[in-house]
Amino acid sequence: MAPATAAPRAPAKENGKAEATIEPVLVVSGLRAYFQTSSFGVEREVRAVDDISFHVGANEIYGLAGESSSGKTTLIKTVAGAIRPPLRVLSGSVVFDFRGRRVSVYDSDPQVMDEIRWKHLSYIMQGSMNVLNPVRRVRHSFVDFAFRHIGRKMPEFMDIVRTHLQRLHLTPAVLDAYPHQLSGGMRQRVTIALATVCRPEFIIADEPTTALDVIVQNGVLAMLRDVQREIRSSIIFVTHDMAVHANLCDRLGIMYAGRLVEEGRTADVFKAPKHPYTAHLIASLPRIGYVAARKGLEGTPPNLADPPSGCRFHPRCPLAADICRRQAPPMTWSSPGHRVACFAAATGSAQ
Amino acid sequence: MTPPLLEVREVVKAYSMGSVLSRHRIRAVEGVSFTMKAERPEIFTIIGESGSGKTTLARMILNTVSPTAGTIRFRGTDLSKIWRGRDRLAFMRGVQPIFQNPFDAFNPLKQIDRYLFTTARRMAGLRTVKEIEDRADQALKKVGLSLVEIRGRFPHELSGGQLQRIAIARALISTPALIVADEPVSMIDASLRMSIVNLLRNLRDEMGVSIIYITHDLATAYYISDRIIIMRKGRVVEGGDARAVLDNPQHPYSIQLKQAVLSPDAAGSGGALLSAGLVESQAELGELT
Ligand SMILES: Nc1ncnc2c1ncn2[C@@H]1O[C@H](COP(=O)(O)OP(=O)(O)OP(=O)(O)O)[C@@H](O)[C@H]1O
Ligand SMILES: Nc1ncnc2c1ncn2[C@@H]1O[C@H](COP(=O)(O)OP(=O)(O)OP(=O)(O)O)[C@@H](O)[C@H]1O
Ligand code: SF4
Ligand SMILES: [Mg+2]
Ligand SMILES: [Mg+2]
Repeated sequence: MAPATAAPRAPAKENGKAEATIEPVLVVSGLRAYFQTSSFGVEREVRAVDDISFHVGANEIYGLAGESSSGKTTLIKTVAGAIRPPLRVLSGSVVFDFRGRRVSVYDSDPQVMDEIRWKHLSYIMQGSMNVLNPVRRVRHSFVDFAFRHIGRKMPEFMDIVRTHLQRLHLTPAVLDAYPHQLSGGMRQRVTIALATVCRPEFIIADEPTTALDVIVQNGVLAMLRDVQREIRSSIIFVTHDMAVHANLCDRLGIMYAGRLVEEGRTADVFKAPKHPYTAHLIASLPRIGYVAARKGLEGTPPNLADPPSGCRFHPRCPLAADICRRQAPPMTWSSPGHRVACFAAATGSAQ
Repeated sequence: MTPPLLEVREVVKAYSMGSVLSRHRIRAVEGVSFTMKAERPEIFTIIGESGSGKTTLARMILNTVSPTAGTIRFRGTDLSKIWRGRDRLAFMRGVQPIFQNPFDAFNPLKQIDRYLFTTARRMAGLRTVKEIEDRADQALKKVGLSLVEIRGRFPHELSGGQLQRIAIARALISTPALIVADEPVSMIDASLRMSIVNLLRNLRDEMGVSIIYITHDLATAYYISDRIIIMRKGRVVEGGDARAVLDNPQHPYSIQLKQAVLSPDAAGSGGALLSAGLVESQAELGELT
């Protein structure tokens, strides 16, 4: 079992703002969410989120990385309460605290959740062009999604939108375009603009910058961080781009095969990764100038409908021992603010 | 003399955009030219600003969008002259796409394995169910998946990176002469990304496949490309030998682009790099796009 998150202690911020304990805004405990389907009489269970516990503090950017298909999208969908069959929550809880207003996602009635989603929580879905109505101009999406919440008169509202778009390196002319007339990266930025123009208290962003060149990407990230700092909101940011994590996130969680395998302050995870998967991931980052042949991880990502026994990383782990095949390693604190799920890491370093 | 594999000459694509009242023209691609030789397979990389016309250029090469001006020839045949079904099929067998956003690339109502089977039948000319399934499985295994894992599943039942890998597998089923890959690894983790980039390299070296690789990732571009062009606002601002260009960019935009690449070593810096880089780039380029 993962340690209870009853008293999640967020570590003090690096910039020394002297916040010894930060009130968590989100507490996820023992969360299990599986895709359960049956076709032609064959039951199939994809264990995409398997016993995950973590918290996110106020004024914190929490990064999430991990192998492709390790369950990142499923985890944050479940956190945002945006699930539908065949995805089912089997156990655990997701509790938000929006400045004193406590909302337990899987114990509240749907109306409350709807209201929360509009007012406090903003979820940028992966590849999320689908929030844009394909047959209406972009302008209408802003009016539909954001006008009510900003509470200004229309001309003033449009000014706010235009200024916001410019911060994302977009010309206000995109407002008159249909989604298909925009490039992939332009659409991605429009989606981000929609999700942030109302300055929500909690932003969940799933790979929001995959289609952006690095200059524009940095502008988008700077905007996100400024908005976050202004109102001390919280962000969960999912990306495969580890350099983005390094530059943006306060803490970082690493997922592998449906489980959270490591978590700590971003600098700690980068400088001293404890889990062999994390260590490999960080060592494999390509850099400009690399020309010598470099290899990816041996083996293939596990099939979550039939995951390996014990530690799910064992078939690919250079340190695997007997116990790893039989038992799942629990998440344990290896140092203050840094936890890892690995038998070898508990006794020494995994690097 | 054999004609070039691909010859792109002075292509332009103009779109009109805006409302009926304020209609304006956008020059998405503005006079781009390059040639890929038939006798030397290569990885030709296109990087550049978001909205600079990369996807539009790719679509013209795939003959799904026609240029406003200029010509594109594949093995000597002008794409605008391909009419007959037989010619179209021959062209499609020669040039395979990997589309930018995997969430848009697949029909949501169609099971994903069908795409692979159709490709095996039409592009590789396979007949028996066993042959077709074996070929699909082989292609999937190269990208870290398998037929058992995805059989019968719909696009929304797969992760972003899985979809992207299936799009790559589809292009591997036949052996085309040219693959046009539009940001093929943008949703894949660094480790798998490396395996896939190696795969592209092997395709070039062992199967003689040429690849147009559109990406925002300068590190993998450096790692696999032979030549590179850098685009901004529809134009090529700089081009040449990939390593020479990336080691020592000359155009102000290319220089900015390289400087803006974030470093994973900055962990714990509190993101100082983010805003600093931005202010600088805006000041020097003197505008927002
Ligand atoms: N509707 C569904 N039915 C069955 N399985 C699903 C469904 N949606 C996702 N999955 C599976 O759940 C697993 C986790 O997917 P998820 O999208 O959460 O991964 P991810 O970590 O976000 O990956 P990526 O980085 O590639 O986006 C994958 O194996 C995926 O195939
Ligand atoms: N069908 C269309 N109608 C009108 N304008 C279009 C259309 N398709 C693309 N454009 C415009 O052409 C320009 C170039 O778009 P394109 O998709 O080629 O850019 P890109 O370089 O691929 O960008 P990204 O890196 O963001 O994917 C953009 O300004 C876009 O708005
Ligand atoms: S628990 Fe064992 S198999 Fe798993 S990561 Fe640690 S050493 Fe490797
Ligand atoms: Mg995902
Ligand atoms: Mg594009």
